[in-house]
Amino acid sequence: MTLLAIIIILFAGGIIAWLSERYLQKGGRWISLVSLLLAALLLVNYWSYLGTPQSVSGGPWWDSLQAAWIPRFGISFHLAVDGLSFLMLTLTIAMGIFGLVMTWNDINFRRGFFYFNFLWTLAGVVGVFTAIDLFLFFFFWEVMLIPMLFLIAVWGYEKRIYAAIKFFIFTQASSLLMLIAIVGLAYIHYRNSGQLTFNYNELLGAELTANAAYWLMLGFFIAFIVKLPALPFHTWLPDAHTQAPTAGSILLAAILLKTGAYGLLRFNLPLFPESSMAFAPVAMTIGAISVIYGAMLAFAQRDMKRLVAYSSVSHMGFVLLGLYALDTIAVQGAVMQMIAHGLSTAALFALVGALQHRLHTRDMQQLGGVWAILPKLSAVALFFAIASLGLPGLGNFVAEFTVLVGSFRSNHWITALAAIGLIGAALYALLMMQRVFFGKLRNQFESPSESGDTADLSLRESCALLSLALLLVVIGLRPQPIFNISEPTVTQAIAEIKAVAPDQNLLSSQSQRQEILISTGDKSP
Amino acid sequence: MPFETAPGLEAGVLLASILFCLGLAGLMMRRNIIFMLMCVEICTNAAALMFVVAGAHWGNADGQVMFVFVVTLAAAEVAIALALVLQFYHRKHTVDIDQLNELRG
Amino acid sequence: MQGLLAWVPLLPLIGFLLLVAIPLFYSKEPSEKFVTAIGVGSVGISALLTAIVATTVFWQNPGEVVNIALWQWMLVDNLELGFNFHVDWLTLVMLMIITGVGFLIHLYSAGYMREDPDFRRYFAYLNLFVCAMLILVMADNLVLLYLGWEGVGLCSYLLIGFWYKNPANGAAAQKAFIVTRIGDTAMAIGLFLLFFEFSTLNIPQLISAADSSGANSQIITVATLLLLGGAVGKSAQLPLQTWLPDAMAGPTPVSALIHAATMVTAGVYLIARMHPLYMLSETAMTAVAVVGALTLLLAGFSAIAQSDIKRVLAYSTISQIGYMFLALGVGAWSGAIFHLMTHAFFKALLFLSAGSVILSLHHEQNIFTMGGLYRRIPFTFICFAIGCACLAALPFTSGFYSKDQILLRAWEFHDGFNSLWLAGILGALVTGIYSFRVLFLVFAGSEGSSSSHCKDANNTVMRVPLAILATLALFGGMLAPPLQSVFGTQTWEHPAAWVEGVAIAMPLIGLVIAWGLSRQQQKTGEKRSPIMQFWFSGWGFDWLYENLLAKPFRNLARLNHKDIIDSIYKGTAAFSQQLNSLLSSSQNGQIRWYLATFAAGSILFLALLVAL
Repeated sequence: MTLLAIIIILFAGGIIAWLSERYLQKGGRWISLVSLLLAALLLVNYWSYLGTPQSVSGGPWWDSLQAAWIPRFGISFHLAVDGLSFLMLTLTIAMGIFGLVMTWNDINFRRGFFYFNFLWTLAGVVGVFTAIDLFLFFFFWEVMLIPMLFLIAVWGYEKRIYAAIKFFIFTQASSLLMLIAIVGLAYIHYRNSGQLTFNYNELLGAELTANAAYWLMLGFFIAFIVKLPALPFHTWLPDAHTQAPTAGSILLAAILLKTGAYGLLRFNLPLFPESSMAFAPVAMTIGAISVIYGAMLAFAQRDMKRLVAYSSVSHMGFVLLGLYALDTIAVQGAVMQMIAHGLSTAALFALVGALQHRLHTRDMQQLGGVWAILPKLSAVALFFAIASLGLPGLGNFVAEFTVLVGSFRSNHWITALAAIGLIGAALYALLMMQRVFFGKLRNQFESPSESGDTADLSLRESCALLSLALLLVVIGLRPQPIFNISEPTVTQAIAEIKAVAPDQNLLSSQSQRQEILISTGDKSP
Repeated sequence: MPFETAPGLEAGVLLASILFCLGLAGLMMRRNIIFMLMCVEICTNAAALMFVVAGAHWGNADGQVMFVFVVTLAAAEVAIALALVLQFYHRKHTVDIDQLNELRG
Repeated sequence: MQGLLAWVPLLPLIGFLLLVAIPLFYSKEPSEKFVTAIGVGSVGISALLTAIVATTVFWQNPGEVVNIALWQWMLVDNLELGFNFHVDWLTLVMLMIITGVGFLIHLYSAGYMREDPDFRRYFAYLNLFVCAMLILVMADNLVLLYLGWEGVGLCSYLLIGFWYKNPANGAAAQKAFIVTRIGDTAMAIGLFLLFFEFSTLNIPQLISAADSSGANSQIITVATLLLLGGAVGKSAQLPLQTWLPDAMAGPTPVSALIHAATMVTAGVYLIARMHPLYMLSETAMTAVAVVGALTLLLAGFSAIAQSDIKRVLAYSTISQIGYMFLALGVGAWSGAIFHLMTHAFFKALLFLSAGSVILSLHHEQNIFTMGGLYRRIPFTFICFAIGCACLAALPFTSGFYSKDQILLRAWEFHDGFNSLWLAGILGALVTGIYSFRVLFLVFAGSEGSSSSHCKDANNTVMRVPLAILATLALFGGMLAPPLQSVFGTQTWEHPAAWVEGVAIAMPLIGLVIAWGLSRQQQKTGEKRSPIMQFWFSGWGFDWLYENLLAKPFRNLARLNHKDIIDSIYKGTAAFSQQLNSLLSSSQNGQIRWYLATFAAGSILFLALLVAL
C-alpha cells in the first residue's frame, strides 16, 4: 500500500497545488514540499529491509501490490519494490525536494500549474520505477512525459517551444516502439501459453524464438536509450535541458534519464537474455562512443547549460557500457553511476540556474572571473565540476571506476576507449571552471546591481547544495550500503543471463586474452 | 422487359448532360457568387431531369419521387446559400468568390 | 602507538575542512594568525606524530610493517577494496618528507603569502594537498593510491591557478591537470588489467600473486608500462613533461612543495612500490631507465637556456626526477628513494630561496634583470648557494651521495661503459652548468635593472625553514634510509677509481663552464642562439603537442559544436516541412480551383472506368 500511497500523494498534491493557486498565490510550493516530505516519510517504511539484503519470499521484491485493472487483457495494477526500485525512488524524491528548494522563488507566473506539472512528473516517475505490469509501466512512462512537456514549453527559456516539441517527438516516437514491443511480447506469450498477461514475472518465462526476441529487444532498447540518452538519439537532450527551467532541468537530468537506464536493467536484460548477450558488444560500443562524443561536444559548447547537458550524455554512456558488460561489478557500477550522476548533474544545473538568475546570461564568452563576486557559489561549482570529472573520493569516481573495472573483464578495447572519456571529462569540466569562474571579471558584472541580484548563495541554496555535496562525499568514501541494497537485483539479473549462456562470456574474455597477448608481442622471458 | 424503350431516352440523357456541363462550366468560369449559385441550380436541375428521364424509361415512379426531393433540396440550398451570400457581401462588400479564400493551407 | 599513523593524514584533512567551513559559521574573514594556526599547525602535528612513530616503532625494527584498516570501501563481486593503510619503511620515508618538508614549507608560506586576500583559501588547498599526498603513500591498494594520486593532481591544479584573475595561470593549471590526467588514464587502464589478471588490487596481494603464480609476463609488461604512463604524467617525464615548467605560475612555496619535493616524485614512489612487478619485466625496466635517461638530458639542456628563475628550477626538477627514473630502471631502488629524499631537501630549499629573491624584487623572476644580489640579501644567497651545490652534487653535499649511488649502479648495470651511465654523467655536467649559471647570474656580477630596488623580504617564519632546509640539504647525505626491508639488500662492488673520479669532476667542470657562460650572458643579455632558443622552448614539445593534438582536437570540436548527428534530425524536420509547403500550395482556398480539380478528377475517373 505504501507504493500506492506515494503515487496518490504526489498526484493529489499536484491537483491541490493547482487548485490552490486561486486562493494562495504562493501556496503551491508549500503544498509540493509537504507532499514530497510525506512521500519521503512513507519511503522510510522500507527502512527495515535495508539491513537484510535477502528477499522476502520468492524474487527480490520487498513489497508489492496487485489489483485487477483491465482483466480482459490480463492487465493489472501491479506495483512492486526491490532494492533497485528503492534506490531510484529515494533518488526521485530527494531530487524532487532538491529541485523544489533550489527554485523556491524562481517561478513567478502560473505557479499552481507549475507545481501541478512538477508533482505529476514525479508521480509518473515513481510509477515507472515501481510498475511491474508492462502495460502499467507504459502508462506511467507516458504520464511522466506530458507534464514535463509543459514544464519546458511554458516556463522554459528562449527557444522553449522548439525544445519541447523536439523532446516530445523523440520520446513519443520511441515509446511507440516500446508499446509495439510490449504488445508483441504479450501476444507471442499468449500464442504459446494461451494466457494473455502483461505481468513482468510471468513474461520473464516467455518462450521466444531468437529472431522474435531480437526484434522485441531492439524495440525496448531503442525506447530506453532515447531516454538515456545514447548516441545517436541524444540530440533532444541538449535542447530540452538548455531550454527547460532550472527545476525542469534538474528533474530531467537527475531522474528522467534514469528511467531509461532502469528500464534496460529491469526489462531488457532479464526479458531477453540471449539476444541481450548477442547485442552486448554493440551496446557497449554505443556506450563508449557516447562517453567520448558527449565529452567532446561538451567541450565545444559556449552555453554553460548545454555543456552540462552534453556532459550528461557522456556520463550516461558509462551506464550503458556498464549494463551491457553483463558483469556484476560493472552493473553495480552502472547503478551507482545513475545515482552519482543524478546528484552531481542536478547540482550543476541548479548552479547554472542560480548563476543565470544573478547574472542573466549562460554564455561562457560573456562570463568570467565570477569567483571574485560570488565566491561561495563558485566554490560549490568547483566541487561539483570536480565530482563530474570523476575525482576519486566522490561518488562519480566509485561509479565510473567500478563500471570500467567490470567492463574491462568483458571487453578490453571498448573499455579502454571509454576510459579516454576520463580525459574528456577533465577537459570540459576545467574549461567550464576557467571560462566562468576564473579569469578576469567582465566589466558589466563588476558593480553589483542595486537590486542585490548578485548576492551570493542564500542559506536555503547553500543547505540544499551542501547536502548534495555531502552525499557525494559519503557515496565516494562509503558506497557499500548502496551496493548492498542493489546487489540482489543485480546478481539475479546477471545470474539469469549467465544461466542462459554460461560459457559465452567466459569464452569471449579468454579469446580477448589471447588477442592482447598477440597484439603486444612482448619479448621478455 | 415490360416497357419498350422510350424513344426519348438518348435525347433526354444528352439534354441532361449538356445542361450539367453548362452548369459546371459556369461554376468554374463565373466569379460572381450569384451567378455561381444559378449555375449550381442548373446542375441540380440537370440531375433532376436525369431522374425523370430514367424513371420514364424504366416505368418506375421512384424517379419522380427523387425529382420532388431534388426540387426541395434545391430550394433549401438556395435559402441557405443566399443567406451566406448576404453575410459574405455584408463583410467583404463584394460578390467575387475569389476574395473568399480564407481556408487556404 | 601505531594507531597514531591514521591521524597523520587525518589532521591536514581536518585543517582543510575547518578552513573551508569557516564562512558557514562566521561572516567575517578570519585573521591570518588563526588561519596559520590551523593550516600550519595541523601539518606540524602530523610531522610530530610521524616522528614519534618513526622513533618508537620503526627505528628499533627496520622490518616493521604497520597495517591500519579503517573501513571497507567497496566489496562488489570479487572486487574488494579497503580504506586501509600500509606503512613500511618506504612509506615512512615518504611520510617524513611530506610532513617534515611540508611543514617547513607551510611555515614559510605563512610569511610568503602574508597579506594575500585569499590567505585562507591558500592554506585550505595546501592542507588538502598534504592529506591527499599522505593517502597516496600510505594506501595499501592501488585504488586508494589512485585516490591520493588524483587528489594531489587536483590540489596542484587549484594551486597553480591560485591567482585566478590572470588567465595565463588558469591555462597553466588546466594544462597541468589534463596532461597528468592522460597519464592517469593510462594508469587506470593498467589497474583494470591488473585486476583482470590477478583479481585483486591490494598491493601486497598483487605482489605475492605476481611472484608466485608464474603470471603471464606479457600482461605484466603491459600493465607495468601502463603504470609507467601514470608515473610519467605525474612526475613530468618524457613525453608528458610539458606541464611542469608552466606549473610555475603558482605561488613559489607551492612549487617547492608540490612541484619539487612531493607530488612530482609520486611516480618514483609508485614504481618503487610496485618494484617486484617491474622486476618481472625486462621491457618495463628498460623503458623506465630510458625514459629517465632521456628526460634528464632533455630537461637539463632546457634548464641551461631558461631566463625565468623558477623555470630553471622546474627543468632541473624534471631532470633530477629523470635521475630517479634512471635509478629505478637500473634497479637501484633505494638509490632512487635516497635521491628523492635529498632532492626534496635541496630543491625545496632552492625554491624557497628563489621565492625570497622574487619577493625581495617585488615579483621579478627574470634572472637577466638580477645580478650582484649577494650583497643585498646575503642570507638568501647562502641558502641558494647551498641548494645549488647540492643540486650539482658537489662532493660531501647530500646530492652527491645519492647521485653517486645512482651513477655507480648505472655503471654496473650493463657491465661498465654504457649509454645509461653516459647519460647520467653528461647530465651531471649539465646540472653543474645550469645550477651555477643561475647562481652566478642572480647573485654574482654586476647589478641588473631590478637589483637596485631589492629589499630583503625575509621574516622570521621564512628564515627558520630556510635554515633548517639548508642544514638538511648539506648533511642529508648521512641520513640514507634503511630500506633493505623493502627492497632487499643490494650490494655491488665499487668500480674503478676513475669512474668515481669522473663523477666527482663533472660538476666542477660544470661550475667552471657556468662561470664563463654567466659572464658572457650578463654582457649579451637575453639574446639566444638558435640552439638555445630550441632548448629554451623545451625542445619544441609544446609546439608539437599544440599542433599535433590540441589544435586538431579544438578544431574538430569547434567544427562539430552544433552536433553533426542533430543535423540528421534537423534534416528530417526540414524535409517534412518542405513537403508540407509543397502540398499546402494546392490548398489555396479558391473554390473555383477546387471545383476544376474536382471536375478533372471526375473525368479522369470516368475515363478510367470506361477504359477498363
